[in-house]
Amino acid sequence: MRLYAAVAASGFRRYATYRVATAAGVFTNTVFGFVLAYTYIALWSERPQLGGYDQAEALTFVWLGQALLATCAMMGGGFEDELIERIRTGDIAIDLYRPVDLQLWWLAGDLGRALFHFLGRGIVPMVIGSLAFELALPGDPLVWVAFLVAVALGVVVSFAVRYLVALSAFWLLDGAGVAQIAWLGGMFFSGMLLPLNVFPGALGELARALPWSSFLQVPADVFLGKRTGIDLLGAFAFQAGWALALIGAGRVLQAVATKRVVVQGG
Amino acid sequence: MVDGIRAYRMIAAMWIRSTMTYRASFAMTLFGNFAATAFDFVAILLMFSHVDALGGFTLGEIAFLYGATGIAFGIADLVMGSMDRLGRRVRDGTLDTLLVRPAPVLVQVAADRFALRRLGRITQGVLVFGYALTVVDIDWTPARALLVPVMLLSGAAIFSAVFTAGAAFQFLAQDSAEVQNAFTYGGNTLLQYPPSIFARELVRGVTFVLPLAFVNWLPALYVLGREAPAGLPSWLAFLPPVVAVVCCALASLAWRAGLRSYRSTGS
Amino acid sequence: MSRHPESSADGTDHIVVDDLQKVFDVRKKTGLVRREKHRVRAVDGISFTVPRGEMVGYIGPNGAGKSTTIKMLTGILTPSAGRVRVAGIEPARDRTRLTRRIGVVFGQRTTLWWDLPLIDSYRLMHRMYRVEDRRFRENLDRCVELLELGELLDTPVRQLSLGQRMRGDIAAALLHDPEVLYLDEPTIGLDVISKTKVRTFLRDLNAERGTTVLLTTHDLQDIEQLCERVMVIDHGRLMYDGALAGLHEIGESERTLVVDLAEELPPVDAPGARVLKVEGPRQWLAIPAAASAAPVVTAVASAYPLVDLSVREPDIEAVIAKMYEDRAAP
Repeated sequence: MRLYAAVAASGFRRYATYRVATAAGVFTNTVFGFVLAYTYIALWSERPQLGGYDQAEALTFVWLGQALLATCAMMGGGFEDELIERIRTGDIAIDLYRPVDLQLWWLAGDLGRALFHFLGRGIVPMVIGSLAFELALPGDPLVWVAFLVAVALGVVVSFAVRYLVALSAFWLLDGAGVAQIAWLGGMFFSGMLLPLNVFPGALGELARALPWSSFLQVPADVFLGKRTGIDLLGAFAFQAGWALALIGAGRVLQAVATKRVVVQGG
Repeated sequence: MVDGIRAYRMIAAMWIRSTMTYRASFAMTLFGNFAATAFDFVAILLMFSHVDALGGFTLGEIAFLYGATGIAFGIADLVMGSMDRLGRRVRDGTLDTLLVRPAPVLVQVAADRFALRRLGRITQGVLVFGYALTVVDIDWTPARALLVPVMLLSGAAIFSAVFTAGAAFQFLAQDSAEVQNAFTYGGNTLLQYPPSIFARELVRGVTFVLPLAFVNWLPALYVLGREAPAGLPSWLAFLPPVVAVVCCALASLAWRAGLRSYRSTGS
Repeated sequence: MSRHPESSADGTDHIVVDDLQKVFDVRKKTGLVRREKHRVRAVDGISFTVPRGEMVGYIGPNGAGKSTTIKMLTGILTPSAGRVRVAGIEPARDRTRLTRRIGVVFGQRTTLWWDLPLIDSYRLMHRMYRVEDRRFRENLDRCVELLELGELLDTPVRQLSLGQRMRGDIAAALLHDPEVLYLDEPTIGLDVISKTKVRTFLRDLNAERGTTVLLTTHDLQDIEQLCERVMVIDHGRLMYDGALAGLHEIGESERTLVVDLAEELPPVDAPGARVLKVEGPRQWLAIPAAASAAPVVTAVASAYPLVDLSVREPDIEAVIAKMYEDRAAP
């Protein structure tokens, strides 16, 4: 356990060293936040209460999206590139003989990264957004706690998806296609494009059932107080369910891949 | 200039051939580029499943704005998009290898990793623009017809200047590639929507400070037969070529200053 | 192929460096936010000339100012003060014109196209440098023959070994007939056979074409086998400029003879050698680098049960370190 905490801490530090890059990222998130905020204002002034949000809630959704974009690695750029590279070069064989759990090792590192991105790239855009626009910030501290839980679960789901993508490199010479599909899925179905409750009919239902909604839609609904009581537990169960299912799939795939590496001798 | 274009062509051709050694991967990334950039328009379509107009503009009119910036930005992204890697080249020292070759450094940096997959962005811009031209009832005059290609080319030049200026800034702050993204990708997103939905100061800011409004807003609103935004005079619609030339001149000065600073500090 | 014309603005001196200086302002973090500016004299008043056709080793520890000097000689960096002329051209001012007259090999950074066959990179050089077709053909044929690249021309660069790639990079730097060749660590990481091929090629190139060569290296054997003249730089200053043998004398550097005896014995007694260490049957003997090891080996072999022996060459860092010790002690 202490080992994984150390791995997480080093994941945190690794991203914390790039201060200029962090500041530049915050700047970009803020610019996009402003642009999107005005488009949402235009949309909600035509259709107040669209998707069950009022304008302040819709604007809150915009800024939450910018705050969680890096945290949930919605644009990629986390550990997966490195893992794919290790699989390609065969260095993965060394990792497999280490007395640590490969999946937990990478998960710990990614949690460290996510924590840094949440603090370093999430808070400032959120504060600027709340100063520039009227946002619907929760008054109840318990809602904030529930939100943090939902974000943490979202990060785990995000990790599990990217872990599966990375493992595909064992079979596919060029993993770009799989990574691309996962990335497009994340862009479209997380809520980054538009809140999923604005998606029409069956598309909306599908979007809300897919794992990607754990990245932004679910945490945002928890933050906005749309999921409370039993429904809140349902939201957590949804995220945890996807997390367990995808992590489990990752373990199965990893076991198959390991057998393959051992049989082939690396 | 001719030498620069010749060098660009040669280097770009090398990268195209490199890409073609992984054909399947190229096909997928081309599709991915197309799909990812088209998502922006999908978002607009989803909005219009709930409303008939946004900021007083119809779907067709917004498609006109969207397509115009999509094409202009797509061209700039194709030609100059690799310039955001400059900071990385400074950090790992590979910029030096370009300085001992008989071709302009700017050209070599711009042509570096030339990526045909970026045609995906241009393609979706062309499709949306074509759609707009079929559904919007434009009162065509010679001036309007001429302004369309002028707008697209000037827009590409303005965005190219932004890419170049952003790269020049990376000589000072090597990890600042994302700042450039705010103005390029962020600017493109801004211009996809009508100026009427944004705050008046913001519209004036992107007219007089960072003149992105000349990419499409000012000329496109004229073509669409609408009044210029934020109380601006309508003759500004004809200024994009002038603005483009000024932007490119300033960007090239910034680039020279950046390169000079690199050559005197080595970082 | 003809030798280069003998005329240049500086007569026979192909590279002229006069009181060259490069000062950097470095910001050091002294607290969380506070940064302190201080000046670093990376190159601090260096002067030398290199006549046409000479092959010179330019050595020194990391951070000594080697690469800063090379960057000023190629026009990448502008000097803070002093004068530089390469083939009569001022590099910083006329960088683009100079690029056609010089060749540069960056040891660990390949300039070849990773995914394309080697020949494609050469064709790009051909066109980028606007080399005359016939001359390009001749130069390529010659490089291919001497660097043994024939079978590699159609191989994608990513599939080449480190040694093959280095040979490919050297060829790429020579296709436009440069008069001056800069090599940065041309043998680093290469196997013995590749090292030998590279060295033989450079020697021939210098002898036949009269190409002026300046090479930086950590490998003293590169210098020993290629350069009659060596310059040592440290802390931005030229510490030594002369023959390699002289450097050995100044530095009093020593080679190490590792002797494996059949059994554990007291320290051996051999004239001209000094026992450094004894560990079981193995003993380490120091001999002056400038002296031959042969008499010592003969002496040991005749008097002791010798099983195996090997000679370790002094490395540059050790030579320079020794040089300092000697200077510090009056």
